[in-house]
Amino acid sequence: MTATASPTLAATHRVSRMFGDVTAVDQASLEVRGGEIVGLLGANGAGKTTLIRMLLGLLAASAGRVELLGRAPSRSSRRRIGYVSQSLGLYADLTVEENVQFAATAFAVKPADITLHDSLSEVRHQLVGDIGLGRQRQLAFACACGHQPELLVLDEPTSGVDALARARLWDTIHDQAERGVGLLVTTHYMQEAQQCDRLVIMAAGRVVATGHIDAIVGDATAVEVRSDTWARAFTALNDAGVPVTLAGRRVRVADVSPDAVRRTLTGAGVTAEVEEVPATLEEIMLVISRGHDRDPDL
Amino acid sequence: MTFGAEHITVRFGDVHALQDVTLDVPTGAVTAVVGGDGAGKSTLMRCLVGKVVPEQGSLRRPPKQQVGYLPSGSGSWRDLTVDENVEFVGRVYRLSRSALDGRRSELLRAAGLLDVGNRLVRNLSGGMRQKLGFVLAMLHRPALVVLDEPSTGVDPVSRVELWRMIAETAADGAAVVMSTTYVDEAERASAVLVLDEGRAALSGRPDEVIAAIPGRVVQVAHPADRRHAWRRGRSFHEWLPDGSPARGNPVLPDLEDTIVAEMLYAREVSR
Repeated sequence: MTATASPTLAATHRVSRMFGDVTAVDQASLEVRGGEIVGLLGANGAGKTTLIRMLLGLLAASAGRVELLGRAPSRSSRRRIGYVSQSLGLYADLTVEENVQFAATAFAVKPADITLHDSLSEVRHQLVGDIGLGRQRQLAFACACGHQPELLVLDEPTSGVDALARARLWDTIHDQAERGVGLLVTTHYMQEAQQCDRLVIMAAGRVVATGHIDAIVGDATAVEVRSDTWARAFTALNDAGVPVTLAGRRVRVADVSPDAVRRTLTGAGVTAEVEEVPATLEEIMLVISRGHDRDPDL
Repeated sequence: MTFGAEHITVRFGDVHALQDVTLDVPTGAVTAVVGGDGAGKSTLMRCLVGKVVPEQGSLRRPPKQQVGYLPSGSGSWRDLTVDENVEFVGRVYRLSRSALDGRRSELLRAAGLLDVGNRLVRNLSGGMRQKLGFVLAMLHRPALVVLDEPSTGVDPVSRVELWRMIAETAADGAAVVMSTTYVDEAERASAVLVLDEGRAALSGRPDEVIAAIPGRVVQVAHPADRRHAWRRGRSFHEWLPDGSPARGNPVLPDLEDTIVAEMLYAREVSR
């Protein structure tokens, strides 16, 4: 795998961050190498944003060590990275062209260094507020890449766009990785997690799992219930207090054995087929978070 | 009973927000509407609750008092506490004191919000806010529940809880329709409608929709036509229109593949 041979672009070594008495990040270690797409996942309040802010040097660590492009994060190292926030940082009242000029000035590059795909070129004289979210996301990405950053940090890069726009955004993201850029991507969605070379999952401030999605899901299973009366099966399991959800007309249960599910259904007089099936990433994350004390305040 | 919309068209000025869209929302099931920004999801949701009147077509919905609606991005009042939000909505629907108190504790407990009744909504996390919005939409036991992007900004763990509440509502016999931009979420519903630029691109049970994919999808290391290809991790999926020569490894497409293929197909046909 080329990624492991590539240099480490950014790393945290057992970093922690306290806010008063609250430990937002607890001895978290993370690494992004050149050419690698790393997905950072976790519930809200798990510490993802705090960890990223420390990685970028925007927030000091209470303990541990942060390394960005070979040294402690600084203004000069931040100049070699690109960041696209959820809010995109574009000016809706300016045209595509004017946004490009602004970004070029901010990063001290020529506007021509910011490469616009055809779908953006054809709207370069329109206001950014009028071009639709898919193109806005492409534009924010292009602006963040104009200074040829070595590391890109993307916050939910495809949130809100349709399937085709999402496919095109991931083309662009993979193109950067193939050029040797390291990417750190936060996401809440399985579809995006599947695009990553490696995932880092946080819960309650700690890194609780790391690896390729297939390795993390591994042999973990959930229970799927098929019944002609799905609603009764659902109600019986829900009343029993197990984490139950819907999949089409089937019912799925995480973190509970098939036998326990069978017993609950039999007890409620529901006839159903109960089968052990591979777990989804969401179910794994649910199991992980149930295993940690989750502070509802965060 | 099935609620829904039949052949509705909505125009805002010159723009067709919805064009000849039909959607069935049966009771006792969850129906999903999928599409990106600007596809027409919110307009369709607003038609179903009577906030937008289509210029053509018809709607089947219960009286207003029996509709519950979670608008996109809000659904609660940020400067009121959780309890004040529930109180306010309960009065709007003229629930009796005993009915409201019973329903409040039942729903807030299910949403994990029972302990934060005194907290201002602005200080809740995104996931908690969406769950509160859902509680408020459900307070009066509506027959038709319309949820516009209920899970946007909600983390995966809260999303599982939100889905449990949505499924519970359908299991209790309500007709539930929800919109989402995420296809993996729509795959949980009994039926999906995919909107693309105001038109119904695909509709039906997820497995039926996938079975009706135009052409084929294969996995390849190097696509023959990048315009027809999209990434799946380090390899590509490529859409082969009907009649193309065979290449690559055939894959069982999922709903995401199917929607991308359909959108590519629609753009070829219109070109």
